[in-house]
Amino acid sequence: MFDVEVIRKDFPILSRQVHGVPLVYLDSANTSQKPQVVLDSLTDYYTSHNANVARAVHTLGSEATMLFEGARDKVAGFINAPRRDEVIFTKNSSEALNLVAYTLSNATSTPGAERFRVGPGDNIVVTEMEHHSNIVPWQLLAQRTGAEFRYIPIDDEGRLVDSLIDERVDDRTKVLAFVHQSNALGTVNNVERLVTRAKAVGALSVIDASQSAPHRPLDVQSLGADFVAFTGHKLYGPTGVGVLWGRYELLADLPPFLGGGEMIETVDMSGTTFAAPPHRFEAGTPMIAEAVGLGTAIDYLTAIGMDQVQAHEAQLTAYALDALAQVPALRVIGPSTPVDRGATISFTIKGIHPHDVSQLLDEQGIAVRAGHHCARPVCLRYGIPATTRASFGIYTTTSEIDALVAGVIKVQEMFS
Amino acid sequence: MSVNIDSMYQQIILDHYKHPNHRGELADFDAEVHHVNPTCGDEVTLRVRVADGEIADLGWTGEGCSISQASTSVMSDLVVGSSVTDALQLQEKFLQLMQSQGHNDLTEDETEALEDAIAFEGVSKYPARVKCALLGWMAMKSAVASATGAGDKP
Ligand SMILES: Cc1ncc(COP(=O)(O)O)c(C=O)c1O
Repeated sequence: MFDVEVIRKDFPILSRQVHGVPLVYLDSANTSQKPQVVLDSLTDYYTSHNANVARAVHTLGSEATMLFEGARDKVAGFINAPRRDEVIFTKNSSEALNLVAYTLSNATSTPGAERFRVGPGDNIVVTEMEHHSNIVPWQLLAQRTGAEFRYIPIDDEGRLVDSLIDERVDDRTKVLAFVHQSNALGTVNNVERLVTRAKAVGALSVIDASQSAPHRPLDVQSLGADFVAFTGHKLYGPTGVGVLWGRYELLADLPPFLGGGEMIETVDMSGTTFAAPPHRFEAGTPMIAEAVGLGTAIDYLTAIGMDQVQAHEAQLTAYALDALAQVPALRVIGPSTPVDRGATISFTIKGIHPHDVSQLLDEQGIAVRAGHHCARPVCLRYGIPATTRASFGIYTTTSEIDALVAGVIKVQEMFS
Repeated sequence: MSVNIDSMYQQIILDHYKHPNHRGELADFDAEVHHVNPTCGDEVTLRVRVADGEIADLGWTGEGCSISQASTSVMSDLVVGSSVTDALQLQEKFLQLMQSQGHNDLTEDETEALEDAIAFEGVSKYPARVKCALLGWMAMKSAVASATGAGDKP
């Protein structure tokens, strides 16, 4: 049985106060809080097992390696990856997405990687609702290779304009990169529709699952894309660790990203051959403790059940959309119904700047984010400087949503 | 909501936000500047007329968060009619207040000279918002510099 009050007890930070009032943390899309078990696993790793991985033959070295590689197994299980060596640890989603973009441009000069080449006449497609992390690496790839950078626009409700997908993604498209769930709008995109189109034109598909991995069961096989990226710190794990999942047959042919220790097979001064995936893409000493912590977070979520998490948050989303709809002069930016949307709600309030809203909410103990949420094109699309965003997680309660609504009304009273 | 004394949002700030002073375009001016604060997307366009070493008039337009708009209004009240030297001195004091991180170390006289602008003291505890409070003041400073630096205006 999913019991939010029991879950809350696992998160020590939720019992602290800010400005003399209990914390209401509604910024999980930015980063989630961490359960005690994750904090304990970091301490335990450093207290009892710390060593470098894959190079030390002593006991601690093999314990650290087992813990680190064990975390890879946990991630593979969590996303239903067909093979554990399809899971690459990165420092976050941004690095995971950059890894794909840079290996693609590295392919330009690598024999055997011809099928990954991107060049003039080709195009790379993203959507208008992307996080900067899934825009900028592709703009840079386009610049490096001479390919065209394109995007699929969004409509007034924060959905992709379906009729333009087939036009923007054409037979010269090399990459279609899109967000599963938008961090700025809450929109959940139709993965099947997009992946099917990418496949039809022979493009690689890349899913930014930063905002979906924490909120719904994620199955890379049923998503059907070529690459899936997410970040540990939004998944109740530590900062400093993220994941890129990639189809093995692609990873096997892709050139390296960064060069260094651990990613090689043999090195001599006339050249180097590279390790097999995933190590080819993990140069240097990795984020060992953080990966172990992420593994613990995954165990924690798996014990709760991601379907339970999804159901809890669907209920919160419906509740919050209803409650916010009652607030006069409040406009939700993004889908106004709970259909195909996640537990992240952006809004504006007439006459009051989002930074004022969030600062005044903070004075009442309520943590929300204000700004463009690293998705500035979304704000430009709606002609607004910024939004206020409330986002929920496994520990969010309906009374916290009530507090948000009451807080917003207080802010309006102050400004009236 | 009663305004809590620790709040960044003192009543004076809210009043100036709702009823800003010197808002509008000056028809007759010596310099115009446009300043932007990327944090909140705040913008202000400010015009000044300087005569006999005095800020004869100042007008501004802009949009953004309450802190930026109210601070520009308060600043305008303080500097219009004052000498350029006094205005720039006041600007320095306000800058010092904003950099104080919540520990106002101005003298009593200096604090008094800032009048309503002292209401922004609480902002100095929030580094992300200091730029909002400074926007209008910085715009005034550069407008005055360009008005006076422009030399002998008729
Ligand atoms: C949709 C989306 N993509 C990418 C990122 C980047 O994540 P990170 O900053 O951990 O690389 C975020 C979070 O900020 C996000 O919400």
